[in-house]
Formats: sequence, structure tokens, C-alpha cells
Amino acid sequence: MKADPKGVLTGEHYLDGDHACTEGALAAGCRFFAGYPITPSTEVAERFSARIPHVGGIFIQMEDELGSMAAVVGASWGGKKSMTVTSGPGFSLMMENIGLAAMMETPCVIVNVQRGGPSTGLPTMVGQSDMMQARWGSHGDYEIIAISPASPQEAFDYSIKCFNLAEKYRVPVMFMMDECVGHMTEKVVIPNPDQIDVEPRRLTKKSPKDYLPYEPNEDLVPDMIVAGDGYRIHSTGLTHDERGYPAMKPEVQEKLVHRLVDKISKNADKIIELEEDQTDDADVIVMAYGITSRVTMPAIFKARKKGIKVGFIKMITVWPFPEKRVRELAKKVKAFVMPEINLGQVALELERVVSGKAGVHHIPHAGGWVHDPEDIYKVIVEAAK
Amino acid sequence: MKKNAGNVPEHPMENLLRMDRIPHIWCSTCGIGTAVSCFIQALQNFDYPLDKIAVVSGIGCSGRIAGYIKLDSFHTTHGRAIPFATGLKLANPELKVIVFSGDGDLVSIGGNHLIHAARRNMDITVFCVNNFIYAMTGGQCAPTTPTDANSSTSPYGNFDHPFNIPLLVGSCGATYVARWTALHIRRLTRSMQEALEKPGFSFVEIIAPCSTLYARRNRLGTGLDLMKFYHDNSVIQHGAPLESLDIQFQKKIIVGKFIDKKRPTFLEAWDQYLGKKLGDKFISAEKGIRAA
Amino acid sequence: MQYWRKPLDADRIQIPHGEIHIVRDRCKGCGFCVEYCPKDVLELSSQFNIKGYHPPEAVNADACVHCQLCELLCPEFAIFVTLKEEEQTVEG
Repeated sequence: MKADPKGVLTGEHYLDGDHACTEGALAAGCRFFAGYPITPSTEVAERFSARIPHVGGIFIQMEDELGSMAAVVGASWGGKKSMTVTSGPGFSLMMENIGLAAMMETPCVIVNVQRGGPSTGLPTMVGQSDMMQARWGSHGDYEIIAISPASPQEAFDYSIKCFNLAEKYRVPVMFMMDECVGHMTEKVVIPNPDQIDVEPRRLTKKSPKDYLPYEPNEDLVPDMIVAGDGYRIHSTGLTHDERGYPAMKPEVQEKLVHRLVDKISKNADKIIELEEDQTDDADVIVMAYGITSRVTMPAIFKARKKGIKVGFIKMITVWPFPEKRVRELAKKVKAFVMPEINLGQVALELERVVSGKAGVHHIPHAGGWVHDPEDIYKVIVEAAK
Repeated sequence: MKKNAGNVPEHPMENLLRMDRIPHIWCSTCGIGTAVSCFIQALQNFDYPLDKIAVVSGIGCSGRIAGYIKLDSFHTTHGRAIPFATGLKLANPELKVIVFSGDGDLVSIGGNHLIHAARRNMDITVFCVNNFIYAMTGGQCAPTTPTDANSSTSPYGNFDHPFNIPLLVGSCGATYVARWTALHIRRLTRSMQEALEKPGFSFVEIIAPCSTLYARRNRLGTGLDLMKFYHDNSVIQHGAPLESLDIQFQKKIIVGKFIDKKRPTFLEAWDQYLGKKLGDKFISAEKGIRAA
Repeated sequence: MQYWRKPLDADRIQIPHGEIHIVRDRCKGCGFCVEYCPKDVLELSSQFNIKGYHPPEAVNADACVHCQLCELLCPEFAIFVTLKEEEQTVEG
């Protein structure tokens, strides 16, 4: 399916990441936004509130992030692609209903323009320290998808990808931006609507009589309905059977939770997107995401000039983690290097996957500013020894 | 009329109940079932296509209501039924969205959503079963527990002051506010129907017996004894000043319809205001594309 | 019930009669219907249902006037009344 032209602002623009993210959402067909203002994400909400009356849809500023996330889940069942945007403290409040979205298998997008934490932390300054919260923030076992952009153009492009993946896998997708990308202004090219692929909702073709709301297809994802279409379904945050009815039994729990996890992990190859550069004969591979992937570039160029064989993986998708590819590479390389603006979050996953087959050098940064490329360079040199 | 086994005709409410889930979980002499029965009667009287009606509940004994109603129904998180319903309604304005939940869910953990939905005049109908206690978790004190009443977390009696719910929602701008007990079945049914027909934020409080926890802990007998108490102690006073609607432990309960007024709903205001400001450039929410 | 005077249309009004249906095994024995039946049609039976409650029985079935109060009051959807077909609510 191609994008609805009403939402696509085709042309060349000079936008910051937050504004570009909004344009991506509108291009992807998002027509419902519920949110609560929080720095440094507010510009996404501001632009949505200005644009949506011209596109057809709803912007509602909710009373808090708890309500925002609940409204997003409700709106998705009402048949609109829906999103919210927040930063650290608000992200914490949203976790409850992110769990509901995962349990009810509700397509939706949560944008987190990350700032320094914990707590109120550094409201106006960069961080990447919500990455583990994105993965594990709500209680219980479930999987989500998380994507990180490194520029305003990517904020536009991958915002669309977030919506498409949310629809395809009926899962909350986290768009893990950071303050730097959110507030960085660059050229953004928005293509024609007919060049933008948009994933439609996977609505069932079955009649209400034959339809079971949580009967999975081969890809482990069930088909959906829109409330009001006559299916009279029940959906609950309780453990439920394929009819959607509460069924508090260990065997039902086993089946449901495994499927919620498997529908992402078993489709990981189709979901994961990486940009690889000179990884084939590398001794050292640097992995990074978001703004840090850009900060890393001068360090890599410098190391290559010095004759070190450095490969680079820019992670577009952070969750699910690219386990398969990292395992392959771990057999061949000396070490991985991972800078991130936290004290070691995605690096933990990297360590787990590499599991001693190569070195893992983490470059921590507590936030507030990006890494000094020189610090990354030094670790690359160390790792190559 | 369809025949059941044993040649008994089908119960007239079965078309709106998920019969494969009946019997429900509520205790003997609990009043929630009666509130649901009145709701189904009101739905049958309400002239609206049933496929376009959705029920949303939160968590708790009353949170289970959505699961028994054979309409599009959602059992959400604790306190979040109203914002969920807000999203559902705004995304699909042709839906009639009903929030049916309990006092702890709507007034305590969901209190902020309740007052803001009333303020916005969000076009949803809220039915709040008030049994004065957190029943699902075992009888803890709620913000509706009357002063002096006993609960498992106020074992020496409640020293705290409860909410006057009609005053709360009325002062925030609800367009329809009524209170009945589970014994006022005819009036409650009519009131529910009026609330369903009312555009904007309509609210009905239903005082209902909790036999297992509230009645037992307070030595008030069974739910039937509470019904008898309602019979002897409720006073119908339509249009009573909201300030007079406080509920005191085992004292008279004022019931009736207190507010029935008109003001623009959230969606009407959205369309009218933005339509005026933006003129031809404005595209109303309904014209926004569906996800497919 | 005694009327202090006879309604003028008393000879033209036919009181409807209802047929009571009890889904015995759905009942949880709350007694609401027994207590509030305006014609005292119902009593709790001495027998147990499948859940161990005493469901009501119509001990005075002929007195039922099809007011359906029990139907609306029952929290279990376990009792309902149908209009006896030979009867008509109002004549004339």
C-alpha cells in the first residue's frame, strides 16, 4: 500500500529530528496522537497539533503519560494508526500500558527522545540510557521492536518503518531517538507519496462467526479487527486464550507468552536492519546506534588511516538485537567496540551474544554530551592489539 | 424464541451476554450483576446499532463487566479505562463508548482521567459501580469508603473522608450526572438509557452491595440486607445540590438525577473551533484514514 | 392489596399473567427476587442446585403479573418472565 497523499509533505525541507519524526508518522498514516509535553520531545507533539487538522485526525494533549499511552492503545483498536512521544520520566509512566499494548497485541508507536537520567536528570541534554527500559520496562516477558535514527532524515525514514513494523507484527514499536538527533536541524527530503510504502493493518478476512481474535497465522501474528466492525470481540490484559477470553492457567500462559516473544524473535531476520561497512575482513568492529553512530565516524576514519582494519555496524534496529550476525562475526574478529551514552546497556547484550568468542570493549558515557571521537579511537587501538 | 435444553426459552438478555463465560465471577448477593442486568435492558431500549457500541472496563470486580458483554469489549489496565475509551472514541467517532468500572478504578487510580474526561466533555458514558471498597483484592479501604467503615486496611475504622463522586464529576463539567442504588432497577435502567443518549460526558454512579467484604467486615449482613438498607434509607431527590450528596456510613443516601445539561463535546468543539479557524483547509477527524 | 375505591376502568383492564422461567443452576441464591417480588410469587426452594445454592421456585405462579422485576433484579441472569400468550395487557 502507498502513503495517503494528505499526510505527505513532499519536498526538500530543513527540519530538526523531532519535526522530521512527525512528518514520518503522518506519511506512514498516523492519524491519532495522544501525548504529554516533555523536553526534549515536545516539538513532535507541537508539529502534530499544527499539522493534523490539515490532514484529518486527532491530536489530544492528555492529562499525563499514563493516559496518553492508554489512549494510544484505545485509538489503535478504534482503527487509527496511533502514536505518542515522550522522554525518560514520561517513558517510565507509559510502561504500564506498553505492557497492555504488548499483551493485547496492539500496533502503536512510542517515540522516546532520550535525555540524561535517572529521574529528572538532564532534561535538555542527550542520553541513550533508556535502551534497556525500552526492552524490559514493563513487567513480564514480552518482546518489542526498537529503532534508533541518527539524523533528521532517518527520523523521517525510520518513523515510517516503525509504523510499518508495528502493523506487521502487532507490537508496540519504540522509536528511540535522542536529544541530539531530536534537536539537530538538517536537510530532510520527503519523497512523493507513491514512493512511500505503508503497511496496512492486517484485518481479518474471516466472518465474525469464524474469527478468533488471538488465533495466530503462520508468522505467529493474529489478524486484527477494528472496534465497530461487528466482530464483538473481547480483548484483555489478562492471560487469554485464542478467543480473547481470560484463561488463568499455566498452560495458556505458557503458550501465549511464548508466542508474544517468538513472533518477534523468530521473525528477527525480517525485522532487523543494519548498515555494515567493511566488516568482512575487519579485526575490530564498532557497533553503535543513534547519535553515537555519527560521533564514531571520525574515530573509525582515523583508525583506518593508521592501518587498523575497523569494520562498522550502524544499528538501525536495536531490539531485537542482531544476534545471528554478531555470532557470525564473533568467530572472525578480535573484538567489538560499543560506545553508547549510558553506562553499558546494549553492550550487555553484545557481551552475552559474543559470549567470550571475541573481546567486547564498552565505552560508557553518563550523558549530557556525546563521546569525544578521540576516546573511541583510543579504544579501537586498544581492541586491535 | 430459541429453546434451551429442557424446553426453557432463552433468557432475553442472552443475546448481549457472552454466555460461554456465564456464570460470572461475582459473589452471591453482589450487586454488580444487577447493574449489568439494568445495563443490558438499557442497551435493548437504546436505539443504536449494537455493532457500534463498545464497552471498556478497568481492573477490579466491576472491571470484569466488559468480559461478559457481547459487544466489542476491552478489559484494560487499572484506572485507564477512561483514557483507553477516549482513544477508542476519538479514533472511531461513530462508536458509542461506555466505560463500566468500579469506584477504586475510576475514582482513585483513575481519578485524574475521570476529571479530565469530564472537563473535556469527552463523548463517553461512564457507569461507576460504587461498593465502597476494593473488593477484588480483599476489602481494602477505597477513597469512597465512608468514614467509620471498616476495611482490611482500616481495621480500626476509616478516619479518612470519602469522595462525593457526583460533586467531583459535576464540578468538572459532566453533562449528565445521576446516582442510583442497585435496588432502583427501573430508575437506574432509565437513567442509563438517558446517559447513553446524552452527548458528551455522562456519568451514573451505582451504589451496589459488596456482601463478601464490605457487608461482612462491617457486620451488615448480606447483600440482601444492604438492598433492604437502600430500600429504607435512600431518598430520591432530583436536582439535589451536589454538595449535599456526601455518603456517611449507614446514613441516608440521596439518589436521583442531578445534572442534565448541554455543552459542546470534545469532538464538536474540535470540529467547530478548528473549522472556523482554518476554514477550507480543515479536514475533520472522521475523514482521517483508517489503519487499512 | 385493598383499594379504597374502585378504578373507573377496572372492568376493562385485564391484568397480564407471566410465566416464570428459572435457570436453576445459574442461581446463587441471593434471594433478591424472593424478597422483592410484589406478588410474593417466589420462595427459595429447599433443594440445592449444582452449585449448592437454593434457587427460587414459583410457589404462587398464578399470581405473577409479568412485571419482570425479578428478571431485572437478578444478578445472575437466572430468572425471567414471558407473557402468557393467551393474555393481553390492556383491552379496549
